[in-house]
Amino acid sequence: MMSGKALFFRAKTRAEMSQSRRAGKRSAMQTAHDRFKLVRIFFVLGIAALLVFLTGLIITLGPLEISVADAYSALLARFLPDHFQSEALTSRVVWNIRFPRILGGMMAGFGLGICGCVMQAVLKNPLASPFTLGITAGAQFGISMAAVIGFSVLGGPYFIIGNAFLCALLCSFFIIGLAAIKGATSENLVLAGIAVNYFFSAISQLLKYFASDEQLRLMTNWGMGDLAAFSWANSQLLLAVFVICVPLLMSKCWDLNIMTAGDDTAKSIGVNAENTRLFIMATSSLLVAVIVCFMGIIAFVGLVAPHMARMVIGGDHRFLIPASGVLGALVLMSADAVGMNLMAPTIIPTGIMTSIVGVPFFMYLMMKGKRKEFWT
Amino acid sequence: MIIKLQAKEIVFGYDSNPVLDSVSFEIAPSKLVTIVGPNGSGKSTLIKCINKIVSPQGGSILIDRREVAKMTRMEVARYLSYVPQSSVRIFPTNVFDTILMGRRPHIGWLGSERDEEKVWDVLQLLNIERLAMNNFSELSGGQQQKVLIARALVQEAEVMLLDEPTSNLDIWHQLDVMNIIRDVVKKKEITAIMALHDLNLASYYSDRIIMMKRGKIVAVGDPHSVITEENIASVYRVQAAVRKLSDRPMIMPLRQIRGSKA
Repeated sequence: MMSGKALFFRAKTRAEMSQSRRAGKRSAMQTAHDRFKLVRIFFVLGIAALLVFLTGLIITLGPLEISVADAYSALLARFLPDHFQSEALTSRVVWNIRFPRILGGMMAGFGLGICGCVMQAVLKNPLASPFTLGITAGAQFGISMAAVIGFSVLGGPYFIIGNAFLCALLCSFFIIGLAAIKGATSENLVLAGIAVNYFFSAISQLLKYFASDEQLRLMTNWGMGDLAAFSWANSQLLLAVFVICVPLLMSKCWDLNIMTAGDDTAKSIGVNAENTRLFIMATSSLLVAVIVCFMGIIAFVGLVAPHMARMVIGGDHRFLIPASGVLGALVLMSADAVGMNLMAPTIIPTGIMTSIVGVPFFMYLMMKGKRKEFWT
Repeated sequence: MIIKLQAKEIVFGYDSNPVLDSVSFEIAPSKLVTIVGPNGSGKSTLIKCINKIVSPQGGSILIDRREVAKMTRMEVARYLSYVPQSSVRIFPTNVFDTILMGRRPHIGWLGSERDEEKVWDVLQLLNIERLAMNNFSELSGGQQQKVLIARALVQEAEVMLLDEPTSNLDIWHQLDVMNIIRDVVKKKEITAIMALHDLNLASYYSDRIIMMKRGKIVAVGDPHSVITEENIASVYRVQAAVRKLSDRPMIMPLRQIRGSKA
């Protein structure tokens, strides 16, 4: 119990402290907090700069010699022809061969990183990834159906990818619908996802069992994830989905921060936990489905990019979402560059290379990072 | 503005098991109210019904004569804050960011200096500014409880609901947390309603006690009228000695009352 006098003194000190703060003086803790805020901003800006740098660097890799400077001027010459010049051959190689693949990797990595980040938050599960909701199983099922049975929803140029996209979406919306009826707790969503995953995987396996060698090859290639499938033609659809989904996910950053504290707490602070969870899962499913149908299964990035970001900048989604996206893009681009050039002219599929390069790197971060270090 | 809270015939149950059976009460502003009762008597559920974490199947809660059921969650959050029993964090979050969450009902997308100032003010008020940059999960139980109270305080609601804030704490920290709650009730002129197991703490700190048994209110009033040997015997099935200490009834449980359920 505090005496009246002591209480008076404590109150006085507090009044003084807040007065001095208003006068511009900041305590040591506040300075530390200010520094941490700067670290977060500079980290996001730094990795974004690294992304730009790496783009130039990766363009130089390949049979035709292109310097880093030539790479940038070839890229910029398109937009600012008065200021930058580029040889026709260089420009063709950069714009038609090397840059599309890099851009594809960048977009896929960015999208998967962001989706992993928001899904981990709403499912309160560090193991959640863009594939938790049966998106992979759905897409795989769509591909198997097109390849083995010859059934496609859209036909034409979308014979296979159209199937992958629609089945992936169908699968995830089935799970989301199930959870919406039963109560969209994170446990319900994860459980339903696992169950549906097994079901569709089993059907895909069954179809595989009856498939010819040619059909099997098609299914396997897609399953390994390949950026070669990305082209300027399909970049527009991808871009359109990005432009819609990414701002939608970013707009929920405060709610995501709060959702990690549990549903009861979230509700008490004014966040409708169940609706937010459904909204985030539906939006990110759309983003993942469009990535998966063009580029196949690239599983690892979505799981670890958010963890890497959290290790450095903590759990505030205002910074964590962009950081996860950019880190995902960095990991995927670098891994693909290694896969393209390690055994050239043989190209190692992107999905395989991402895991081979990414897992040791992630293990290194896990071993090295002391928990304390996340905060300073 | 000082608001009044009313509950009218609240009914809540899981399937066919009634947890709350027609619970009604009224709470005057700027008071410290505790809800006591045996395990499973519906204390925590009642707290969660008040701020719509769970929706009661019958009856209504009124704040300032407005029905909580008809308000959006964000509106409810401006009137009522909530301190959970404990908070498990899966992902690392520092103390500052944990408390900043409480500003959600008032915050814009970017968050402002003003919101951060409020967090620093509360951190100083509870004397935990030095913990601001620590990871929440690495704090002791007592420190975590203070951080959760701080988060509720920055919400600037007029009524604070607390779900057993002293469970899992040693006696020093039990007193620490209860003193904080009593101080903020006085200084900020808010109302605190808490579910509590410890009858002596309830008796020592409360202005009013609500005693529950199997989803019903059996006694309401000041500590002297509620904490009696008869009430404890009938509600807890424990024979206890109640003595006055510092002008408050204090209980010493003596033995269980066996036999048919009272």
